[in-house]
Amino acid sequence: MTAMIRVEALSKTYVLHTQGGVAIPAFAGADLTVAAGDCVTLHGPSGAGKSTLLRCLYGNCKPDSGAIRVRHDGAHVDIATAPPRVVLEVRKRTMGYVSQFLRAIPRVPALDVVAEPLRALGVPAEAARGRAGELLARLRIPERLWHLAPATFSGGEQQRVNIARGFAARHPILLLDEPTASLDAGNRAVVIDLIGEAKAEGTALVGVFHDDEVREAVSTRIHTMQG
Amino acid sequence: MNPLLKVTGLTRMYGARVGCKDVSFELWPGEVMGIVGESGSGKTTLLSCLSARLEPTSGTVAYDTREDGLTDIYAMGEPRRRMLMRTDWGIVHQNPRDGLRMGVSAGANVGERLMAVGARHYGSIRAQADEWLRKVEIDGERIDDLPLTFSGGMLQRLQIARNLVTHPRLVFMDEPTGGLDVSVQARLLDLLRRLVTDLGLAAIVVTHDLAVARLLAHRLMVMRRGEVVESGLTDQVLDDPHHPYTQLLVSSVLQP
Amino acid sequence: MTSAQGYNFAYLDEQTKRMIRRAILKAVAIPGYQVPFGSREMPLPYGWGTGGIQVTAAVIGPADTLKVIDQGADDTTNAVSIRRFFARTAGVATTERTADATVIQTRHRIPETPLAEGQILVYQVPIPEPLRWLEPRETETRKMHALADYGAMHVKLYEDIARFGRIATTYDYPVLVNGRYLMRPSPIPKFDNPKMHMNPALQLFGAGREKRIYAVPPYTDVKSLDFEDHPFEVQKWDEACAICGSTDSFLDEVVTDDKGGRMYVCSDTDHCTSRQIRREAAE
Repeated sequence: MTAMIRVEALSKTYVLHTQGGVAIPAFAGADLTVAAGDCVTLHGPSGAGKSTLLRCLYGNCKPDSGAIRVRHDGAHVDIATAPPRVVLEVRKRTMGYVSQFLRAIPRVPALDVVAEPLRALGVPAEAARGRAGELLARLRIPERLWHLAPATFSGGEQQRVNIARGFAARHPILLLDEPTASLDAGNRAVVIDLIGEAKAEGTALVGVFHDDEVREAVSTRIHTMQG
Repeated sequence: MNPLLKVTGLTRMYGARVGCKDVSFELWPGEVMGIVGESGSGKTTLLSCLSARLEPTSGTVAYDTREDGLTDIYAMGEPRRRMLMRTDWGIVHQNPRDGLRMGVSAGANVGERLMAVGARHYGSIRAQADEWLRKVEIDGERIDDLPLTFSGGMLQRLQIARNLVTHPRLVFMDEPTGGLDVSVQARLLDLLRRLVTDLGLAAIVVTHDLAVARLLAHRLMVMRRGEVVESGLTDQVLDDPHHPYTQLLVSSVLQP
Repeated sequence: MTSAQGYNFAYLDEQTKRMIRRAILKAVAIPGYQVPFGSREMPLPYGWGTGGIQVTAAVIGPADTLKVIDQGADDTTNAVSIRRFFARTAGVATTERTADATVIQTRHRIPETPLAEGQILVYQVPIPEPLRWLEPRETETRKMHALADYGAMHVKLYEDIARFGRIATTYDYPVLVNGRYLMRPSPIPKFDNPKMHMNPALQLFGAGREKRIYAVPPYTDVKSLDFEDHPFEVQKWDEACAICGSTDSFLDEVVTDDKGGRMYVCSDTDHCTSRQIRREAAE
């Protein structure tokens, strides 16, 4: 069984220089292995560093020590020390991320926001938009919204656009940070289905799920963080 | 494979004053690097040294030329440097009037580089100029108009077209959206994003606006008093700043 | 041979003539390249041919025969004055016949009669710099010449075609000399440009106010700039010369009355007269 992600002795402390240099530890000595088809939930109280760990996996946060080995192109890349262009390659082809908040690029319509990861892989516009439309439809975003920029959408709608984008390219690794936080029961169920399908396709998932129902439905393993 | 630009220990002093100090990095094809910092941080000095417009006091800037691979741009002769600046490179000035010929039509502005490298067929030059005007969303009807009649945003887009017509591999931009209205800025940034992706351009973009950096740049260098205090992946530097100055910058940005 | 009024031969002192000759040698060595020279105070203002006069003064000798034309004519005020100036200060023979002259000073035309080896054509130049319209900085134009950075010149031609449908420049039409330097041939009509190419005579250009001398040695390649799909073309007339009947010389349009009457005559007076003489002889 190949490990898709292997986290080794990872530590991260925030030092806030604007607040007189106060040090806020996020987590220390984290070890974690995620295989294809796994869905590992990061679990723990608020402030335990779950989001931080997830962001470290994506390269959005820089750990102080340790390694994050991600399986990319048949080899392992240490995200903690890789140069920016390598991390961007990994994000493009191997690792997707559904963040907590959608950072909307102004003026880009929702359909194109979702299609973008596919376009980055060279998929022609027609096909990419087709797949994007399927996902948006499943997540019950009405078609009349597809050609509008998501900046004016409600929180829940924005989150669903975010989710659609995360699942669009069928990356071998997918990171999910509170994907169902703003969703109703119906949409939560869709997300559970999407995660299930991804697992079946061999995707390695790491997620933070506050909602008990979702967590129970999707997790193959729980990784507890102390905080 | 070589990096497109390899900078080693680049230093430029103004007498005893530091312009920029000890800057080193590699830029790869298709990468966009943002240089952010406040006034006086040395970012414009750095850009001028990188784009062959200001000779450094010490250090080297090596560009991956098509014929000879990595070559120190200040060691190659002026004719070759000029050729480079006209073909492989583009320079987008903050004030578009600095990068355009205001007394000559839009089409001639775009076609000039082609004529400078030997194009001698009027019809084909005009067709290419027309194509590029459309790519930067300037109405083709304006091809014979003087830039004097253009708005600020149009001037900036014309400057971009003028630079891209020879398919440069590396573009230097100094505050490309400075001084433009917000909606015009947004449109220009859109255009730049698309062009960079579609054409596989590498770019070095100097800006004091972190939002512009986040939108355009893959990597970021934060400068303060002539030195690079932090560098890395754009979203990592902006979302997880380590250096005190970077943290100050990021926390100072107003959220509308 | 000094004249009665105490001037040196051809007005200029020997050291000045040497300085100008050195500049001319440099100019001949680098066809089309503008050589700066110490232009002297001449007894006529800038804009009246001081550059041409200084070049002529430097190359003319007692055995030479001088012809001076202004817009092709030997009998206009300026041509007469300059011819008389050299007759007085150098005592040289003068002529109106192109074929008999050894040195020809001209303002704004090349004689119709083909020139021969051993003849010198001296042009009067107002603005020597072909890139001046586009780039006002001298430092920058010098660099452009040094680096053969001439794309901008084609920009002007492009603008013409965009605005008028054709290249609108009809005089002082830019040329590329010896495949290297961009040159302004002085305000001769473009009709005359082809005459500069592979000419057996030595062509010298003097700009007094701008203090530049340049040259096209005999048998040098001189090519007028153009586009592949808008090639260089000379002017043509529907009419023939009203005096001599020539159909292939440059014609001046002369208004004859207030009712719009006009006639066309050869601009080159010597050419016209010679043709007339030959025609009469044939009859």
